[in-house]
Amino acid sequence: MGFKFTEENIKRIETARRKYPTALAAVMDTVYIAQEQNGFVSNEVMEEIANVLGIDKVNVLSVVTFYTMYHTKPMGKYHVQVCTNVSCMLRGAYEIWDGVKDKLGLDHMKVSPDAKYSLEEVECMGACGYAPMIAVNEDYFENLNKEKVFEILDSLK
Amino acid sequence: MERIVLPQIENFNQIEVYLANGGFESAKKTFAKTPDQIIDEVKKSGLRGRGGAAFSAGLKWSFMPKTTDKPKYLCVNGDESEPGSFKDRQIFEDNPFQLIEGAIITCYAIGAKVAYLYIRGEYHKWIKLMQKAVDETYARGFLGDKMKETFGIDFSCDLFIHKGAGAYICGEESSLMNSIEGLRGYPRVKPPFPAQRGLWGCPTTINNVETITNVPAIIKNGWEWFSKIGAPKHPGTILFGISGHVNKPGVYELPSGVLLTDLIFNVAGGVPNNKKIKCVIPGGSSMPPLRGDQLEGVRMDAESLKEAGSAIGTGGVMVMDEDTNLLKVLIRIAHFYHHESCGQCTPCREGTGWMEKTLRRIDEGSGTSADLDLLISVANNIEGNTICALGEAAAWPVKFMITRFRDEFEKYVNKNISIPVPNKVHSMRGTAVPLAEIQK
Repeated sequence: MGFKFTEENIKRIETARRKYPTALAAVMDTVYIAQEQNGFVSNEVMEEIANVLGIDKVNVLSVVTFYTMYHTKPMGKYHVQVCTNVSCMLRGAYEIWDGVKDKLGLDHMKVSPDAKYSLEEVECMGACGYAPMIAVNEDYFENLNKEKVFEILDSLK
Repeated sequence: MERIVLPQIENFNQIEVYLANGGFESAKKTFAKTPDQIIDEVKKSGLRGRGGAAFSAGLKWSFMPKTTDKPKYLCVNGDESEPGSFKDRQIFEDNPFQLIEGAIITCYAIGAKVAYLYIRGEYHKWIKLMQKAVDETYARGFLGDKMKETFGIDFSCDLFIHKGAGAYICGEESSLMNSIEGLRGYPRVKPPFPAQRGLWGCPTTINNVETITNVPAIIKNGWEWFSKIGAPKHPGTILFGISGHVNKPGVYELPSGVLLTDLIFNVAGGVPNNKKIKCVIPGGSSMPPLRGDQLEGVRMDAESLKEAGSAIGTGGVMVMDEDTNLLKVLIRIAHFYHHESCGQCTPCREGTGWMEKTLRRIDEGSGTSADLDLLISVANNIEGNTICALGEAAAWPVKFMITRFRDEFEKYVNKNISIPVPNKVHSMRGTAVPLAEIQK
């Protein structure tokens, strides 16, 4: 089964394409759209991106493997990201990181067997003044402690 | 106190409120003048880049070629990935339209038809907010082809948002351009500088979000007004992001040249439990750290901080109290730069890894004093030997943290070097080392 963009997503890609003078420049936006539709960026997906934009597949691959927010493997329904960089660390991020690791039984970039959770130790997310923080998928949760983090994790259904 | 970038006006992020408070008046004023007059005005105002290098914004603009048959571009850098720096998201959230207006004015001054606003990928929420603001600006006719009617001029420009995807290196200007072009975020060799060959080989100017947001206020109130705020050589206000061990962390807009101690103790409410300060990094994790006992009299502007042995960077102040384990902090910083090195230049790719490994060895308890010298030597061999400034960013914290806190780091290492040698006598045969000096 090959991967095909939905009609709506084709329109979104066309909108992205119009922002730039070259098709190659739209690749980052297109990979985002593909990841949103497919959950992760597989070989087939990369092929389809190359077809849709009319660029070489190697260009898609080089971008997908360079940026950390593109996933080449399936991630959990809830991708939990814990920042442990300096500002968060000073306010107890490692306590949270260890707690989350224990609670979910996962390590960095691992996915739970039921594919509900995946865990990532991320670099600075730009929330230093509201540290420590975690992000679940696209949402930031700030000014946390271990108890609050567990509350958030428990609320994920 | 005057606030330029984040004015204290309720709902300033709504376009009606922005318009009611003189929004897009500066753009109108701009179009009555020539681009050269605008560049001159910004140059005279003394506005310096807020992205780390503190380079004169007007001077940067003046490097753009006046006559060229190629299109010109403006990039607004909102990648903001430096640990300790979290100011741009405040602008996206509270003052998006002043940023957009600033981009329009800059486009006019440098003759660009297209501006790209690069926002880091993790900022999903703020990208949506900015996209909404850009769409509203288009709808009101302040951007795009409709500008010609709205302002009655023969000039128009577009503003597009480019979403990053989690690479610290893309905050470096040439890497940012590669990222917009759809390539891996590898920095380019300079020269040629972006003003000669930038995006798609065309003349390009790259400015920080905060720098651009200052522009409408300068046009509105004149350069004399701006140049009188804060430190004379680095005028204006700066968004200071204070994090770490302070009671009230957050983003504060203050005139440049404010006392660092004022910032920590009065604005940010001091250190929790009245602990002493061991270390302060004044401008984001890549800047040289200052010792806690040398903070008196240090002012927060480019010149004063340089004198104090650090740099203003992005104004991200990280405060560490007396109980902080600086070795752990340094390991975390070294890990960050190891992770974020793009891998183009050998000194940085390898050196950042060596520094992290050596620091981890010290943390495991098998480090020696010689390891500290080794770390400084590795740092010195990265610095200046790379294409972009990530090399310096990785080297400085290690080099300066160890030299300035040598007393503390000596506590983490073993004083005496013991090299495990299975057969000491045999292995030392033929060397000038007397047997007595070989440790048991």
